[in-house]
Amino acid sequence: MAEKKKGIREISPIDVYKLLPRTNCGECGVPNCMAFATRVVNGEAVIDECTPILDSKHKDAYAQLAELLAPPVKAITFGTGKTATIGGKYVLQRHEFTYQFPPPIAIDVSDDMDEKEIKARVHDITGFTYGYIGRTLSLDVVAVRSVTGDAERFGSTVKLVAECTDLPLILCSHNPDVIKAGLDIAGNRRPLIYAATRNNWKEMADLAVRYGCPIVAAAPGDLTLLRSLVKTLESCGITEIVLDPGTFGDEGLAGTVYSFTAIRKAACKDGDPLFGLPILGTPIAVWTGQELSEDQNRWQEAYTASILMTRYADLLIMHSLEGWTVLPQLIWRFGLYTDPRKPVSVDPGMRTFGSPGPDAPVLITSNYALTFFTVESDIKSAKIDCYLIVVETGGLSVEAAVAGRYLNAEKIADALHESGIKEKVSHRHVILPGLAARLSGETEEASGWRIMVGPRDSSGIGKLLREHWPPREDS
Amino acid sequence: MGDEPDISGLLRLLGPGIAELLSGREIILENVELDLAELELTIPVGGAPICLPGLPFAGTQPAADSASGIDRSQWPTELLQESFTPVPEPYPARIREVTLGATKCEGGSRGKTVTVGGARSPPFTDPGVKQVHPPVIAMDVFDTPFPMPRALKSHLTEVIDDPAAWARMNVEKYGADMVTVHLLSTDPLINDASPKEAARTVEDVLQAVDVPVIIGGCGDPKKDAQTFIEIAEMADGERLLLNSVTSDMADAKTLEPVAKAADKHGHCILAFTGLDLNSAKELNRRLYQFFPADRILNDLTTVALGYGLEYSFTIHERARTAGLMGDTELQHPTISAATNAWSAREAWMDLGPKFGSPDFRGPIWETIGSLTLLLAGVDLFLMMHPLAVSTMRDVSSRLIAGGAAKAAEASWVNARI
Repeated sequence: MAEKKKGIREISPIDVYKLLPRTNCGECGVPNCMAFATRVVNGEAVIDECTPILDSKHKDAYAQLAELLAPPVKAITFGTGKTATIGGKYVLQRHEFTYQFPPPIAIDVSDDMDEKEIKARVHDITGFTYGYIGRTLSLDVVAVRSVTGDAERFGSTVKLVAECTDLPLILCSHNPDVIKAGLDIAGNRRPLIYAATRNNWKEMADLAVRYGCPIVAAAPGDLTLLRSLVKTLESCGITEIVLDPGTFGDEGLAGTVYSFTAIRKAACKDGDPLFGLPILGTPIAVWTGQELSEDQNRWQEAYTASILMTRYADLLIMHSLEGWTVLPQLIWRFGLYTDPRKPVSVDPGMRTFGSPGPDAPVLITSNYALTFFTVESDIKSAKIDCYLIVVETGGLSVEAAVAGRYLNAEKIADALHESGIKEKVSHRHVILPGLAARLSGETEEASGWRIMVGPRDSSGIGKLLREHWPPREDS
Repeated sequence: MGDEPDISGLLRLLGPGIAELLSGREIILENVELDLAELELTIPVGGAPICLPGLPFAGTQPAADSASGIDRSQWPTELLQESFTPVPEPYPARIREVTLGATKCEGGSRGKTVTVGGARSPPFTDPGVKQVHPPVIAMDVFDTPFPMPRALKSHLTEVIDDPAAWARMNVEKYGADMVTVHLLSTDPLINDASPKEAARTVEDVLQAVDVPVIIGGCGDPKKDAQTFIEIAEMADGERLLLNSVTSDMADAKTLEPVAKAADKHGHCILAFTGLDLNSAKELNRRLYQFFPADRILNDLTTVALGYGLEYSFTIHERARTAGLMGDTELQHPTISAATNAWSAREAWMDLGPKFGSPDFRGPIWETIGSLTLLLAGVDLFLMMHPLAVSTMRDVSSRLIAGGAAKAAEASWVNARI
């Protein structure tokens, strides 16, 4: 094996600086090349933001930088228009360096469905959204499976799906003739081909090359075969390969978790180039296990998907479209792929809702983004005119901040004072989150404000205010 | 930004916009005049070839071999044989083992004990390293009713006012390895029940079940100290787990008396800190002054999925890795209050028909939170929903059994499902 490449945490700003133009031109937005190099190794900037280095005279330096900074797990993009990028990982554990490229979630459509079913299902896939801390979470990819084994039927299914959505596609069959029928229709959409196996790799490699599409190498349960397949496909000139080590529910779950981990360790710790590729997880496989009810299958698929996402899957194919199976995946993906060094936070300070008068309620919350956006949306939907004081809690939720003492009486007193709220309202009553009820006494002492304990979940704010605001003056 | 007259400013302005356009989203540039002799743009798109929407990708048309630039005559005729030898990754240290509960001959009255910890590697990463002890599941009992989602309450109606019956149901019906009695009634802001009353509740539970018991306080550093000291004495020799001692107790000067009482009467202590390894280490160091390290467990805080589970996950991964690498202050078995999952509104709120009934969404929330922290190395789980408990037990036993995946073609590809 070649000399081991430096891991992203071992690359020093100097390594990058040496290859930059070193003119301190500032075009990247920071004052000098050394500062830019530091941002690059911290993952806060990409080298292409250094516009001078894109000039052809720096071609060699650019290539060296690209090589130096290339992630041990290759990033692969499929689809056109709407695309899906998978892989691109630098590290095993997310605290080492933020995980890049959240795994797209593909939902299957099969060619035994009739036209109406297909349209409805694609409509449901593209229409699945959930509003979460000011963002919209959604599904990303459609996986078209050949169940009938009929090439013509597969082609017409792919055609219909392609007409219904511009989401990236995965074409799934072990039969090269079937895949070819799909590629004839949607090859120009650059779908991901599933899959090259021990038996069909030659024909599948031919299709991948002819249509210029990335391809999955599938060797469920056999890591040696998987490496052999990658090696073989690479020697056919194919570079965009996705790994399928197999997803097994039931007794094979341990082996599945182990395979995913072994592959990612080989790439990130041992610099294994054959395993330095994105991993496909297929929670859909639980549907082929023992006879279970639909809900049992959904249940198993839901927890299998989350386990695989935690254990390095870069792309998932699922069958269930039920909200309760898919929603936890979307939310866990969002969390797992945030920068662990930066809590998802909003700026502390005072926010005004509606047109509050001198007797308007004053509420307290934390500066964790989820908490803030949740409280904000609850206040808006209850149409309350009020002031909301966002306390700096290090980006932690109210519950965690109280437990870790990031939210305490002094902080609340300071935030009240600094907000200038005293000048805005004529009363001295402040509503504390129900999960911070414990701080009531101390906060009254520290701030001089009377505390009203709010609901444990901000969805109850409207009700509380309707029933208990303004507070009785004797209290 | 972007208002300098020179080209670099314009490039900065255009660069992300063009990338956006290429990713399929529409952008409109207004009031932009281009007056350039030559404009060269390089757009990075994740290492993949760039395709313009509506235009065929360069390699997508069925092309002659010469057009693809790939010489098929050089292709292998047979599958090339590679091998795979995972590089073993031995860790120099191991997590302490702590036994909870004591049988009659050990000075307590439990029918069985449980042992947690002992890990020698991160969980389920190395089939060569067997997990010494399976994860332990303790099911919650509360001594005071409090607002609970319907999906949780529905199986509790018979026992909700009777901690002993509740504990018995947890063990006999749902197979809990342990029971946690949360003494909410002692909270000065709720009932302010006396330590003696709390001790009587614990006594009832100890008589109702023969599994090891965890004592949950109310979170008030002074009141918990009084309660724990009373119970430590009452249940002499039972090897209870006191949940929990905190830095607040150290500040309130109640840490020492609690630790000493727990030591004198042979109990174990759970040290709780909020998502911060330095405070966890500091609290452990304080405890070492009065209490044996091999009877301390750590709670590093469990946040619900959607409310920051990733912080809990990462802090547990870091703690476990550091412990296995030799940090003795982080070699304590860890517990997760997985029941916290229910604080996420996605676990209990009606989100409309598309998102399914909370009867499934709630327990899957608790399940996924627990399984995620199981992968991060947590040893003991405080849980509530029977479905989450049975799934945790089932999945963890499959992971521990370590069954190899049998080589096979993926059958989901053409399955009718």
